Amino acid sequence: MSAHSHSLVVEDLTVSYRRVPALHHVGFSLSCGNCVAVLGPNGAGKSTLLKALAGLLEMETGSVSFHGRRMHGASQEFAYLPQREMVDWDFPTTVRGVVEMGRYLRVRWWRRFSKEDRNAVDAALEAVQLTALQDRQISALSGGQQQRVFLARALAQEAHVLLLDEPFTGLDQPSQEGLRGVFRRLRSEGKLLLISHHDLQTVPELFDGVLLLNGELIASGTVQEAFTQDNLARTYGTRVFSGVNHGLAI
Amino acid sequence: MDWLFEPFQHVFMQRALAACVLIGFLNGFLGGFVMLRRMALMADSLSHSLLPGLAVGVLLFGLAPAGLFMGALSAALMVALGAQLLARGARVKEDSALAILYTVAFSAGVVLLSFVKVRVSLLHYLFGNVLGVSNQDLWVAYGVAVVVLPLLVAAERPLQLLLFEPSVARSQGIPTGLLSVGLVVALVLTMVSSLQAVGVILLLGLLISPAATVYLLCDSYPALLWGGGALGVFGSVSGLWLSYWLGLPSGACIVLVLGAMFCLAYLFSPRYGLIAKLLRARHFHQESLSRWEKPGHHHGH
Repeated sequence: MSAHSHSLVVEDLTVSYRRVPALHHVGFSLSCGNCVAVLGPNGAGKSTLLKALAGLLEMETGSVSFHGRRMHGASQEFAYLPQREMVDWDFPTTVRGVVEMGRYLRVRWWRRFSKEDRNAVDAALEAVQLTALQDRQISALSGGQQQRVFLARALAQEAHVLLLDEPFTGLDQPSQEGLRGVFRRLRSEGKLLLISHHDLQTVPELFDGVLLLNGELIASGTVQEAFTQDNLARTYGTRVFSGVNHGLAI
Repeated sequence: MDWLFEPFQHVFMQRALAACVLIGFLNGFLGGFVMLRRMALMADSLSHSLLPGLAVGVLLFGLAPAGLFMGALSAALMVALGAQLLARGARVKEDSALAILYTVAFSAGVVLLSFVKVRVSLLHYLFGNVLGVSNQDLWVAYGVAVVVLPLLVAAERPLQLLLFEPSVARSQGIPTGLLSVGLVVALVLTMVSSLQAVGVILLLGLLISPAATVYLLCDSYPALLWGGGALGVFGSVSGLWLSYWLGLPSGACIVLVLGAMFCLAYLFSPRYGLIAKLLRARHFHQESLSRWEKPGHHHGH
C-alpha cells in the first residue's frame, strides 16, 4: 500500500471463545498511514479480531508482529477504543481525566505528571478539537465527541495502531464528518487505523482499505482491489447491492 | 462553645472520637472504590459473614480482640473467595453464590453464638458500640489504616483504570486480578476494624453513604475518594456527638447522619440533584414552548 509497507503483520490467527473458534487462521498485512475498514456480517469476528489485536483476547494460534517485532500481550503501541455502550459514562471523570489515563502507564504509579505528560495531554485534546470541552463530565458530550475523547486518550498513550469498534454507529452526519476529519489527520501522521464498520454505503468515502471477514479472511486490500461485488457476496453470503459501478459496489 | 466540646472531656468519648475519625475516613475513602467497582452487594454479604468468624473467635479465644479479629477476618475471606470459586465452577453467578454463602454463614454465626458460654450480647455485634471501643480496638483500626490507605493511594491510578475499563486495563498489562483481590482484602480489613464501632448490620452505611453523597456532588475521581473520607469523618463525629446529647445508640446515629447527608445531596446537588433536574426539565420545556410561539404561531391575530 505504501513505501514502508507491511508494518502490521498478522499470521495464522485463530481466536476461540470456550474452545469454539470465532476466527480461523486469519492472515494479512497492513502498512501505517492507512485507514482500514473491518467488514463482515454479525458474528463474523470483527470485534474478535480487534480485541485479539489489542491483547484483550487470547490468541489460540498465530502471531502478530508490528514493525518486525513480535507482539506478546500487553502493548502500548496498540490502543483499543471500546464500543460506546461498554463505557460507564457516569464515571466521575472529565474529558481531560480520560485523556490523562493514556499517560498512566508511562508514569510510575506514585509519581506526579511531568510537564511532558501535560503537554502530551494538551496536544491530544487539541488534535481531536476537544480543548474547549476538557473540563466536561464525559456523559455531557455528544456521541461523536465521546468517540473523540477515546481517540485523544489513544494519542496521549502514543499508540500507533488504533483499533476502533463501530465508532460511526449512531452518529449523525455532522458528527461522522468530524470523526472522519480526525481519522484523516491521524492517517496522515502515519497511524494505522483498523475500524469495524457495518454501513457498506460509506466505505469508499471513509476508508483506504478493507478487511472482509466471515469467520475467516475473505479478502483484504485497497478499496479498489478488494471491495468488490464478488468479495462482498462471498462475505455476506448474498448479493448485497444491485447497482454496480466500475467494479465497486456503491 | 461548651455544648460542642463538653462530650469530649470524658475519656471514653475521646476514645470514641479517635475511633470515629479513623474508621470514618477509612470507610469513606474505600467506599468510592467499592461503589465504582459495584461491590456494594458483596460488601453487604461480607459484613454478615463476619458474625460466624466472631463466634468461632469467642469460642476459641474468649473475648480477646486478637481472636475476634482473626476469626472475623478468616470468615470474611473464606466467604469472598468461596463465592468466586462457586461462581467459577457452576452455572450460578457470583451474586447468587454470595447470597447463599453469606446467609449460611450468618445463620451459622447465630447458632454458634448461642453456644458461647461467655455472656456476649448478639445485639452488640449486630449494631456495635463506639463508646465501648478498647485501646486494642483502636490499635487495630490504626494498624489497618496505616497499611490500607497508603497502598490505596499509591495504586490510585491503576485502580482508576481497573474501575473505568477492566478489560482494557488488563490488556495494557495492569495486574487487574491482583488489584481486585487487594480491594477485597482492604474491604475485609476495614470492616473488621469497624465492627466494634458500628456492628455487622450498619457497616455498609458507613462504607457506601459518604462516597455515594460525594458522587452526587462532583465529577472528579480524587475528590470522590478524599471527599468520601472527609465526609465519613464528619458524619461519624457528628453522629457520635448527637448520640451523646440525645442518649441514643451511637452506630445508628452515625448512619442516620450519613443518610441525611445523602438525602440532602440527592435533593439539592447543583448538577445531579432531583430539584436541579426538575428545574432543568422545566427550563427546556419553556424554552421549546417559547420557540414555538415565535411569529406565525400566534393564534387570534
